[in-house]
Amino acid sequence: MSRKDSKIKLAIIYIFLIIFTLATIYPVIRVISISLRPGDRLLSTSLSIIPEGASFDSYIKLFSDGRFIRWMLNSLLVSIAVTITGVALASTAGYIFSKYRFIGKKAGLTAILTTQMFPATMLLLPMYIMISKLGLINSYIGLIFVYSATALPFCIWQMKGYYDTIPRTLHEAAIIDGCSHFQAFTKIILPLATPALVITALFSFMAAWSEYIVAAQILQEQEMFTLPLGLKQFQANMTTEWGLYSAGSVIVSIPVVVLFIILSRWLVSGLTLGSVKE
Amino acid sequence: MKSAKEHRAEFVFKYIFLIPAIIVIFAVVIYPFIYNIILSLSNMSMTHFRDWRIIGFGQYLKVFSEKDFYTVLGKTIIWTVVNVFFHVVIGVFLAVLLNRHLPGKGIIRTLMIIPWAMPQYITALTWRGMFNYEFGAINLILSKFLHMPMVQWLKDPFFAFTACIMTNVWLGFPFMMIIAYGGLQAIPKELYEAADVDGATGWQKFWKITVPHLKPVMTPAIVLGVIWTFNNLNVIWLVSNGGEPSDKTHILVSYVYKAAFNLYRYGYAAALSMVIFAILLAFGISFIKRTRATESIY
Repeated sequence: MSRKDSKIKLAIIYIFLIIFTLATIYPVIRVISISLRPGDRLLSTSLSIIPEGASFDSYIKLFSDGRFIRWMLNSLLVSIAVTITGVALASTAGYIFSKYRFIGKKAGLTAILTTQMFPATMLLLPMYIMISKLGLINSYIGLIFVYSATALPFCIWQMKGYYDTIPRTLHEAAIIDGCSHFQAFTKIILPLATPALVITALFSFMAAWSEYIVAAQILQEQEMFTLPLGLKQFQANMTTEWGLYSAGSVIVSIPVVVLFIILSRWLVSGLTLGSVKE
Repeated sequence: MKSAKEHRAEFVFKYIFLIPAIIVIFAVVIYPFIYNIILSLSNMSMTHFRDWRIIGFGQYLKVFSEKDFYTVLGKTIIWTVVNVFFHVVIGVFLAVLLNRHLPGKGIIRTLMIIPWAMPQYITALTWRGMFNYEFGAINLILSKFLHMPMVQWLKDPFFAFTACIMTNVWLGFPFMMIIAYGGLQAIPKELYEAADVDGATGWQKFWKITVPHLKPVMTPAIVLGVIWTFNNLNVIWLVSNGGEPSDKTHILVSYVYKAAFNLYRYGYAAALSMVIFAILLAFGISFIKRTRATESIY
């Protein structure tokens, strides 16, 4: 906005913004600062940002302690499997919902939207009972199934929205030129939808990477834990493993936060475009 | 005109590609939904896991006859209203502050998105640490800088619930801020210039120009916010460590999660899930109807 603000007004605005920014990032600074505390001063009542005798002890301990690496590998395995399932199913299902007519299309889309109002237990309880009857408790297959199921409605919606912006004429022209429907999809539409595929992939990945509630029910052995369960275990032993928790949180959060900030522009334009009338 | 062969090709392709969509909808919507209804009419629990049977509406009766349901519902409404209120007020306030020529705006905006970007469970666990009585940052700040008495954040029901709300306010306002900021940028500047010519005060401009223009953008965001907050299990569960102290900090979703997975009352939990879903569905439908109604006025 080009309106000129007086100097005093600007100063007040900056003061407010700085106060809010500090309040916003304080918890983050606090975790980082605890992660830098030396092992013998974990429990201190100090509020200083750079702790006395700051060291990377916690980080070194974290990576030499086999558990964290193990949990990270587990989390990677689960998240990658969920990403592949999510992208494969959402890119095809989204395409059919966007470009073809069939009986039950509207009902299908409504059903997908309705899932957003399901309380977590409504999906989790039936799936949990099914998984336990199939003997898949404490297995990654069970967990991957639930994660894919919960992430998919949003992914399909996202993909459909993107396909909607690609003109119909494009794949119709391809078919007239002799492409099969399948070729029109893989050779023409899919390459154009790369940005949406990337977003869907990252979204599925992050959903699985940061999930606690479901994993807590399905995974029972410490060996099998994903990162959220592991970090919760560190956090529960606050007196001894607070440093490990903090260092682990920092390591786990950095890639997610960076990705999210890069993605946020896209996410937000997607959320607001529909509602702002030109 | 398409030939019969082309029609067949389209038909085959369409239905092969529909298979994933059908699998998804079946696995994600239809199967859980129907199974949930069946469970809610059954006596399934830890002791009746294999030999369960249909018992009718007994579980629903139990839900509505227990006093706990109403107290937890009350807390859920307080939780949702207070959280969404602060999300919107803080979000719009910051968006208005940011919506001007301001050096350093990009950095401030990026830093303020961080709570939204952080994995929720880390936010919740970190805040739980900050609410620790002896070593938590909140009490240290209270006593060292503000010279106020320390608070038993996690041991007292009221303060534990407040702690959950504070955590959730922190993680929820950036979403509203970003949406509001997008909405503000779409308001034509000429409106404000015309208002300036007419001698309007800043307050008048806010209520007569900004608020009406933000409404269409913020309403869907608020509806989403209400549904997300109502259903937010992570924060309550992890900050209060599963409803501590003595199950006094539950909202409906955490209450039903506990009933299902700590107390193994599957039938009861399924019935309560259906009730929660019905509440949200009623909210969603009434919202859609209301917005359609307002649209037809214009």
